[in-house]
Amino acid sequence: MAFPAHATSLGDASPHHRHPTLRSQVVAEIDVEELEVRYGPTVAVDRLSLQAHAGAVLVLLGPNGAGKTSTVEAMEGYRVPASGRVRVLGLDPRRDHRALSARIGVMLQRGGIYPTMPAGEALGLFAKYYPAPAEPIALLDRVGLTAAARTPWRRLSGGEQQRLSLALAMVGQPEVVFLDEPTAGVDPEGRLAIRAIVAELRDRGVCVVLTTHELDEAERLADRIVIVDRGRVVAEGSPAALMTGFGGDHIRFGAPPGIDASAMAGAVGAAVGGQAAVTAREDRPGEYVVDVPPTPQAVAALTAWLAERDLPLADLRAGRERLEDVFLRLTRSGARPDADAPAARRGRR
Amino acid sequence: MSTPTRPWGPLAAQTRAEVRMTLRRGESVLLTMAIPVGLLVFFSLVDVLPKPTGIRHPVDFLAPGILALAVMSTAMVGLGIATGFERQYGVLKRLRTTPLGRPALLGAKTLSILAVEAFQVAVLVVVALLLGWSPAGAPLQAVPAIALATIGFAGLGLLMAGALRAEVTLAAANGLYLVLLLLGGMVFPLSSLPAGIRAVARALPSGALSDALHAALSAGGTVPLRSWLVLAAWAVAAPAAAAVTFRWE
Repeated sequence: MAFPAHATSLGDASPHHRHPTLRSQVVAEIDVEELEVRYGPTVAVDRLSLQAHAGAVLVLLGPNGAGKTSTVEAMEGYRVPASGRVRVLGLDPRRDHRALSARIGVMLQRGGIYPTMPAGEALGLFAKYYPAPAEPIALLDRVGLTAAARTPWRRLSGGEQQRLSLALAMVGQPEVVFLDEPTAGVDPEGRLAIRAIVAELRDRGVCVVLTTHELDEAERLADRIVIVDRGRVVAEGSPAALMTGFGGDHIRFGAPPGIDASAMAGAVGAAVGGQAAVTAREDRPGEYVVDVPPTPQAVAALTAWLAERDLPLADLRAGRERLEDVFLRLTRSGARPDADAPAARRGRR
Repeated sequence: MSTPTRPWGPLAAQTRAEVRMTLRRGESVLLTMAIPVGLLVFFSLVDVLPKPTGIRHPVDFLAPGILALAVMSTAMVGLGIATGFERQYGVLKRLRTTPLGRPALLGAKTLSILAVEAFQVAVLVVVALLLGWSPAGAPLQAVPAIALATIGFAGLGLLMAGALRAEVTLAAANGLYLVLLLLGGMVFPLSSLPAGIRAVARALPSGALSDALHAALSAGGTVPLRSWLVLAAWAVAAPAAAAVTFRWE
């Protein structure tokens, strides 16, 4: 089965069921339509559209150079769209920059803090920029940096720097928070702390937009994932919907290369007796996937078919596809329809 | 609706932060205090440099020139290097998404330079008086001369910081500092220079400022029109060039 060339929405991870009383109407905090960002002749973001809502975490997931940062920077007002439209809280990030800056929080991919400034001082200074800031001392404690309050930025560990950056993004009590790779270079303990804070922001009704190239991170944090590759949305949905919608249930096993996959699929299909035709493919030489719910009947039919042909069986796995499989398949070069290739290559950054 | 309740809060906080960071940088303290004080003390006590005719004590010539040097150190070198590294570290980029705003950031940098300059002037004047300096002339003319020169030097510093890599800015600012010091009539008079170089030196902001301060702080002195014109021209041209070429990332 070919995957759709265009963005496909799978299920709705709408956050509004979380706070039914907060928002009676569906208004997206962030609305991006057909955004295109160029650097000279290079197209970094290629007619990308997405929406993000209050009280939800939207994760932009994609390989390095996919256009995630350019997309976020267009929302933050750093990039001028070559075409398309970006609205954050109903405002234009460039034209209405002044009004918007008090209502958003930003965590850059790295740096952005005075290297010689102690953590506590930086948070106190940033708090002064905003009309209704959070209490800096409590916030410093919330991100676990009380002991490092007097340590200059440049002497903080990677994880401490990221947590201070996160605190600086939160200190203005923003309605929208942009976090560009917040867990990059952070140890497992630090990741847990950052995840907990992100979840807290969401529960407080903040609209969180987060980029990562790590699937694990996306799966744990996201209410909704937008998979971006070469500047375009290749899939979007809740983590669960992405996994069941693309590929869904399957049986995966190892056997000698060159087996007649369609004959095998036919045999399994006949045994299962479902309405839809069962498909099978050789994913890599000697590695097969049969797209069928892994019921005992299906597994029995498959093993019987192999036994009839005296074929050995190795590493039989039945179950749902992992997000990683979906991600790799969608973003792997050549995995997408040819019609899409010229535009995609143009967008390579 | 997003108007801060105290509009001066961000500016005041940023100004305090800028001053604190300046004082925290060892090299900037060396540049803004130790070198001017060292030159003033050394060459006042060791009378080896040429002096203009009519000056008996070296300190009477050195004090105005070293004040000019201090202004140049702070407004051009200190500001340029600090801003260059802030740009490199992404601080300027990060600040753009806060409500601080460009006018408040520039305002804070200006106020912090003025604060550091006031401190430098106070220290240098006390040291010079202890060394036997007897200022005369029209000291009030020194104030607008220093103000104009500060704008021009700051423009030069930001011109480098906004266009060059931080390491290059560091080298360029220090190189320019040395050139402008030698051609600035700060430790020895411009009259010691060959005529051709002297003409160039008088067109530079350093030469114009030290001329202005020598005139303003010497008996019967008044700042020549030429100095005002040169200082004003740099105060317009350098910030304008910086504004056009400055890249925030």
